[in-house]
Amino acid sequence: MKVVILGCSLVGAMVASWLVSEENQVSVIDSKENSFKRLPKDFKGEKILGKGIDIPILIQAGIEKADTFLGLTNSDNINIMAAQLVKQRFKVPKVASRVYDPQRAKAFKELGLNIICPTAIIAEEFKEFLKSK
Amino acid sequence: MYVVIVGGGDVGYSLTKLLTEEGHEVVLVEKDPDRYAMLSYELGESVLLGDGAELGTLLDMGANRADVLVAVTGTDEDNLVICQLAKLIYLIPRTIAKVNDPKNEELFASLGVDATVSSPKIIASLIEEKIDAGMTIPLLAFKGGDVEIFKTELSSESSLINRKVSKLKFPEDCIIIAALRGNEVIIPKGDTVLREGDSIIVLIKKKRKEAFKRLFLEAV
Repeated sequence: MKVVILGCSLVGAMVASWLVSEENQVSVIDSKENSFKRLPKDFKGEKILGKGIDIPILIQAGIEKADTFLGLTNSDNINIMAAQLVKQRFKVPKVASRVYDPQRAKAFKELGLNIICPTAIIAEEFKEFLKSK
Repeated sequence: MYVVIVGGGDVGYSLTKLLTEEGHEVVLVEKDPDRYAMLSYELGESVLLGDGAELGTLLDMGANRADVLVAVTGTDEDNLVICQLAKLIYLIPRTIAKVNDPKNEELFASLGVDATVSSPKIIASLIEEKIDAGMTIPLLAFKGGDVEIFKTELSSESSLINRKVSKLKFPEDCIIIAALRGNEVIIPKGDTVLREGDSIIVLIKKKRKEAFKRLFLEAV
């Protein structure tokens, strides 16, 4: 599987290393060279330095042949815009983005995007913890 | 009209002043506290501090009763998401976004933003206009991205001048909505005769624009 990940955030780096260990072809895009330090030293995937939502950068990362795109920058709005761009322009079959703001997450879920909202997940975990003895 | 503006940069600030002077009800939101302090000193109570991409802020601005939302922050992803939320959640009839990177214009239109304004494109057109008489200045791009309104000045070589409009053979999918002659605005009818120096405003499908320019604007 060919996967393009936008954002070498902590989650981005973790998912990227896992995907590589599962024999997938992975390209990670980030606007800061420093962010790539989060990847393991022997990372076998491709690291691409570039602005979040830039069509030539996405093409360089192989978006045209990608099966999956993950929006994992620390900006909700970049992740939302990028998801819509790759779905519409490059017809990437499997697209998901992280959105911290639960209300924005809900709104764009209703528009048909796959949104993962860490805030809601963490709140649930804390609720579970508080309920436990 | 009730207008909500997101982004208190130069454009947002001037727009708020202008629309208020014209008698519209305007609310401006800015997320940077320092910039907000400056703006509220200048514009008073019509400025709010907040992130326009958060639904709570939009509600505080009265987005649920706004006629128009204008997103003019410095980042395209913010402008897009704000316009989409305004439409989706608050059913604002008309959303206008500033597009900082002209490459994003098409995406914005296809995702439901009603109109986009791209200053690099307008400035580039204005520069080129100095060297090319057939140059057009895009004024507005509409939803779907395939229709636009542009303005152009008619040179002495344009085949549109000195003939009745009814005698001109236009390409498909276009119409001259107005001609500007000095301070006068002319809504063209069949017997209107356009003159050299008139500025015309044309509504056209984008794919017909080249044909229009070839037919009427370029020197033969």
